[in-house]
Amino acid sequence: MSRARADEEEYWHSSKFRAFTFDDEDDELSQLKESKRAVNSLRDIVDDDDDDLEKVSWSGEPVGSISWSIKETASSSSSSLEGRDTSLQKGSSSYAALPKQVSSYSLSSLFKAFSDTGVKNYAPELRRPRAEYKDYSNDWSPRDTVRRMQRGKVCSLERFRSLQDKMVLLDEAVAGHDGNVITAVLIFLKRTLRREVLFRELEVRQVALCHLIHFLKETGEQKLLLDLLRFLDRTEEVALSQYREHLNIQDVEKKREFLKGCIGLPFSAEDISHIQDHYTLLERQIIIETNDRHLAMAGQSEIFRKYPRKASILNMPLVTTLFYSCFYHYTEAEGTFSSPTNLKKTFKIPDKQYVLTALAARAKLRAWEDVDALLTTKNWLGYTKKKAPIGFHRVVEILQRNNAPVQVLQEYVRLVEDVETRLNLATKYKCHDVVIDTYRDLKDRIQLMAYKCKVERGSAEEEKINSLLSNMQIRWKN
Amino acid sequence: MASTARRDAPEPPDFGILKRLARDQLIYLLEQLPGRKDLFIEPDLMSPLDRIANVSVLKQHEVDKLYRVENRPAPSTSDQLCFLVRPRVRTMRYIADIVNADKMSGRSRKYKIIFSPQKFYACEMVLEEEGVFGDVTCDEWSFYLLPLDEDIISMELPEFFRDYFLEGDHRWINSVARALQLLNSLYGPFSRVYGIGRCAKMSYELWRDLEEESENDGQGRKPEIGNIFLMDRDMDYVTALCSQVVYEGLVDDTFRIKCGSVDFGPEVTSSDKSIKVLLNAQDKIFSQIRNEHFSSVFGFLSQKSRNLQAQYDRRQGMDIKQMKNFVSQELKGLKQEHRLLSLHIGACESIMKKKTKQDFQEMIKVEHALLEGFDIRESTSFIEEHIDRQVSPIESLRLMCLLSITENGLIPKDYRSLKTQYLQSYGPEHLLTFHNLKRIGLLTEQAAGETLTAVESRVSKLVTDRAAGKITDAFNSLAKKSNFRAISKKLSLIPRVDGEYNLKMPPDMAYVFSGAYTPLSCKIVEQVLERRGWQGLEEVVRLLNGNEFAMADGAPEDGAGGDAQRVVVAVFLGGCTFSEIAALRFLGKERGCRFIFLTTAITSSARMMEAMAEAKA
Repeated sequence: MSRARADEEEYWHSSKFRAFTFDDEDDELSQLKESKRAVNSLRDIVDDDDDDLEKVSWSGEPVGSISWSIKETASSSSSSLEGRDTSLQKGSSSYAALPKQVSSYSLSSLFKAFSDTGVKNYAPELRRPRAEYKDYSNDWSPRDTVRRMQRGKVCSLERFRSLQDKMVLLDEAVAGHDGNVITAVLIFLKRTLRREVLFRELEVRQVALCHLIHFLKETGEQKLLLDLLRFLDRTEEVALSQYREHLNIQDVEKKREFLKGCIGLPFSAEDISHIQDHYTLLERQIIIETNDRHLAMAGQSEIFRKYPRKASILNMPLVTTLFYSCFYHYTEAEGTFSSPTNLKKTFKIPDKQYVLTALAARAKLRAWEDVDALLTTKNWLGYTKKKAPIGFHRVVEILQRNNAPVQVLQEYVRLVEDVETRLNLATKYKCHDVVIDTYRDLKDRIQLMAYKCKVERGSAEEEKINSLLSNMQIRWKN
Repeated sequence: MASTARRDAPEPPDFGILKRLARDQLIYLLEQLPGRKDLFIEPDLMSPLDRIANVSVLKQHEVDKLYRVENRPAPSTSDQLCFLVRPRVRTMRYIADIVNADKMSGRSRKYKIIFSPQKFYACEMVLEEEGVFGDVTCDEWSFYLLPLDEDIISMELPEFFRDYFLEGDHRWINSVARALQLLNSLYGPFSRVYGIGRCAKMSYELWRDLEEESENDGQGRKPEIGNIFLMDRDMDYVTALCSQVVYEGLVDDTFRIKCGSVDFGPEVTSSDKSIKVLLNAQDKIFSQIRNEHFSSVFGFLSQKSRNLQAQYDRRQGMDIKQMKNFVSQELKGLKQEHRLLSLHIGACESIMKKKTKQDFQEMIKVEHALLEGFDIRESTSFIEEHIDRQVSPIESLRLMCLLSITENGLIPKDYRSLKTQYLQSYGPEHLLTFHNLKRIGLLTEQAAGETLTAVESRVSKLVTDRAAGKITDAFNSLAKKSNFRAISKKLSLIPRVDGEYNLKMPPDMAYVFSGAYTPLSCKIVEQVLERRGWQGLEEVVRLLNGNEFAMADGAPEDGAGGDAQRVVVAVFLGGCTFSEIAALRFLGKERGCRFIFLTTAITSSARMMEAMAEAKA
């Protein structure tokens, strides 16, 4: 399956996939922009008299459409009655101009015409199939019963009283492929059989079993569902099904209690730790939220004043919580629940994830020295070194998104390992020094000369290029 | 896509009658409740309803006010309430609450529930339990088929996917069978039926059943459609999971096409309002770019805008009479074209901006690597980083599923670590999503310590009766590679092209994925139609788990039967993507045949992933 490295290289460098690139802004986008300009310039000629434009309300729905009209009813039902009336009139009048293709003849007569002439049967359900003449007999075989039910006819199932009859009926329903009928039979069986008997029979009837489970989920008969799953020994599903209920609990304290109870459920070994984490996370969030809301209201803390919280941290994912903590509680000691290091430890957040999140948070605050510290490691000799578990191109991307100054950006662009990526990034973000140095290292005189026109006249960069180009020590490759 | 068709594909039949039928039946049902009434509409039914009727039609049939069915008490004051709904337990409780509240306050009204497309017994049971059975009357609006375009018909049942493939519920099979019956009675009889998948087979059998007992033999009628092909979505998840790069697919992935129309927001319209645009064959600009690879769209649009400019420029130097002609005859068309052109240019721009921001290029590379099966480690780290950076949860899920399906499951270590990181990034409750994805088979874990012998014995169980002698061969292709790899190899889904793949004049259907992959679903259709059956595809069928069928009921020989024999309905049970539609349209042009798409709903990777999430009750 894995192919030789050379093969891959060839694959990616073959022109096959170069035909089209989304990054290629120069080409495609400018072409597009040009077309747009051309089209827009025509606007003066084409005065917007809207005559062939669909009439669209503020919400974007075409006026007179059903969705539009419903919104109107909804909004006006709270306002005055008169308002509603006029809006409805508006709705219909805007359509008055349209050609009416509505059938002008009575519909009942239309349908009658269909069945009378019998030319073509357009609406099968309005017609009486031959089978219906036997309607009043009570002695349907299981097969016929199922067939009748498939055609949407009411059919009494009461005469299927022996277990054997019931199961023949169920098997016929399954063989008939109509889930609606299978469920109907199951509803009857559920009513007329003790649950253990029903469960036992369903154990060997997988299709029917699926229908019952789905039915119980939809009708919300949680207790019966859990009994069934327990009977089937599907313990993991028992656990998940109970855990699912937390979605419907609004109150966080109640939710926390509920999650605590979930920890004891028979989850798989792997999932039990996720559940535990879910509980711990919410517990933490409640503590942090209470504290921070208080802090923010008191107005003493500068960070909360400068960057007011936009939303509560409750029920957010762990990574979002970490970001929040890196943003508001970065310097706190590990002992506090809200400190990033504490979160990292408690939830065993991988280094990569931690750095990525902390970086984003600190960059957002433009705390460049924190960024620097985050990416600096000391080796055992005490030398410092820059290290990024996520790759420096990502670091650059994050910093750039937060409008880092060139000096900061430059430092990390320089550390991007892949030369081509480094050049791309450096050029894109105008880190001239990096570009110049890279070309120097590549001994690429031609590119360096070409780059000269991209730097400012008389700038230090230009000077640097000039001095490099006149340096006789360098053995240029071209 | 100017391809040299050997013969022109036949025009699609007129599906307008489906709309008229649905509208007429709805009106008939509304007339069954004479007098003024308020109509409550299920949100999911609003867009489909908009496509066949409008407010004034409803008003003519004494509908007073319109409300949306939602979890709020209804403010309606009318004496007659009519509910137009999907058959759902939740909705029944909503209606029962209204009825019971009225009873409590001693108010008497008439209630009517119109189920679309059919009523379920479970719904009646709920009405009975809530004590309102008998207080409400029930009807069915057999609105099975909504033509979205000249060649696309949708059942507008997105829940089909989850109900059938995840829950194993067969409730919609009857609806599918009835839809087929209706189509067959109007445009058939179909002489050739092909299919693959369990649901396809069941739908086919139930449909046959319905046909048998109907008196309508259709003899002597000249069919407009000769062939039908049914396929289950789970035959090919890979195609649905790939990023779309044909224009219509991209528009769907970016803006969500809903019921054949799209809301272009201010970023597209370059004004402060949104515009709702119908996207179909009537849109003269759209119809020319919808099936194109995105890269060809720019050129086309700029060419168009130059032409348009030139046409406007002709005004200069016209005398009064010519000008009068110009204004009365051409200007309107030009203005229309101008409007559409600027919308699609705006849409392209917006797509470009979004995709550039999302590392789209890199993502496509990863997808292609997954499809071809190399650089698995690097792709896995890409996905991991995607998750860590909290980029779209849906995209992350999609990539994981693609990895899982192409690799026949994730190795346990990767599964655990990706899952953990996913839960940390997007929320612990997604534990439920993972469980669902595992059940449906979209995201699985390779059994730990699955040795070669274990695989071998499993494989041999699968093949004993068919190809006992080939076990070793089969085993070789299955042991390391997933079924997808084996199938992909068998059907040459990854084109080998020397030099550049020509996206502007594509040689095959693979263009819908930049020439990197031919959609499996479409390839199966192509192969079966070519062979008039499954002969020679035994190995592929086995890898897909069987359930194939082919019937030819008095099918005319080659040449006979006229155009109908060159019209094929492709039925996608569980949804069909715009990429697949584009690929088959391309195939149709090449082969001189016409594909009609019948799908339970238009789908996309995002819709599939969203269907796997657990929502609040």
